[in-house]
Amino acid sequence: MNKHTDKPGFFAALEDSPSADTFLRGLWKDNPVFVQVLGMCPVLAVTNTAENALAMGLATAFVLLMSNVLVSSLRHFIPKQVRIASYILIIATFVTITDYAIMAISVELHKSLGAFISLIVVNCLILSRAEAFASKNTVGQSMLDALGMGVGFTFALLCLGVVREVLGNGSVFGFGLFPDTFQEWIVMILPAGGFFTLAIWLLLFNILKQKRATT
Amino acid sequence: MSDTITIAPEKKQADTGNSNKMLFAMVGIGLMCALLIVLTYEGTKPIIAKNKAAALEQAIFKVLPGTVTTAGYYWDGNAFTPLNGTEAEGQRVYAGFSESGTLTGFALPAVGLGYAGEVRVLYGYDPAQEAIVGFYVLESKETPGLGDKIEKAPAFLANFGALSVAVGTGGNSLKNKIAYAKSGEKQNAWEVDGITGATISSKAVTEALSTSTAEWVPKLYEAKERFKPQTQSHE
Repeated sequence: MNKHTDKPGFFAALEDSPSADTFLRGLWKDNPVFVQVLGMCPVLAVTNTAENALAMGLATAFVLLMSNVLVSSLRHFIPKQVRIASYILIIATFVTITDYAIMAISVELHKSLGAFISLIVVNCLILSRAEAFASKNTVGQSMLDALGMGVGFTFALLCLGVVREVLGNGSVFGFGLFPDTFQEWIVMILPAGGFFTLAIWLLLFNILKQKRATT
Repeated sequence: MSDTITIAPEKKQADTGNSNKMLFAMVGIGLMCALLIVLTYEGTKPIIAKNKAAALEQAIFKVLPGTVTTAGYYWDGNAFTPLNGTEAEGQRVYAGFSESGTLTGFALPAVGLGYAGEVRVLYGYDPAQEAIVGFYVLESKETPGLGDKIEKAPAFLANFGALSVAVGTGGNSLKNKIAYAKSGEKQNAWEVDGITGATISSKAVTEALSTSTAEWVPKLYEAKERFKPQTQSHE
């Protein structure tokens, strides 16, 4: 990360510095779900309500940020042959910490996320960022990359969660939208609904990308 | 193997150095991670214990309307004795008292096997009404959006406003055990109206309540006069 002291110049420089690009790449151009199609397990499993999707996205983003920072700062110390084992160890540690932290923040929240917190360990998005980015870049860059990817992942999860909750439960974040006569599409909150919703979002994303490329 | 060693002793030397480095890296990271986890565990342990105790107390207040103080008991084989903290959860009973010191009922934990593991619930039994007057899910891993309706669906929770668990004439068993009924087909006061799309989960709850009430309600009903508010408060 470049160091800038004066504010306006800082933002101006950020616009086209590689750092800003690092952040925006995860958010849009290389969105972990819509473009890279990574970490599909939580994307399909916990997006049946908007609240679960948001909590899962934030928890993943936190683990991603912490593991990227640690992997990046230890990148000269970890030998190549044991890097995957080391990354998994680091990721698992932060997942455990997140698990305890969520339990300490609210028993209710921990109850609603259930087993899915522990499953962040096997989210390949986190491992792929550690391997493809954090192990080769500075701490600052890795932090920005993690933030971008984390926000992008949360955004994607919310996209799915909102659609599935509206159609499958007739509500958003638990607030009812429709009168009682609304017939819920049970299939949308079942795993199959996750695949349908993801397919439609991917379709939209690809159409959008193609249009951008041609214009 | 031995060939390689004699032919290229230098390479072997380099490999040992390398594996030492790997070993140090793994052990180092392992120790650091262990330290981080221990610190977090120790740091959050009292908060989590406090949260859980508070959640249990709140749950007792929820399942026993009008309760302001609670006291824990366990069944020692002959009678109900105040808790000393070492008893298994399945043997615990919480008595609730109103502001004036009258017994509002008992809160009991129960466990049923749901779609995704155990469903732990707490229910309130009021001996005056001879009915279950409250219900709360303590812990469940039921499918979000389907099975977890046992925690939220108003129609299902309405079952536990006055679910009859009257003690039979002998005093040793219930007149009617709690039974499951398909959604919308509840006929009797001791039946639980299930949830469409969450059959296994609502059956698990029914089963948990049925087993637990059959065991505990006759004992509690017989001993109900003996519960008095304690001077010191329990957690």
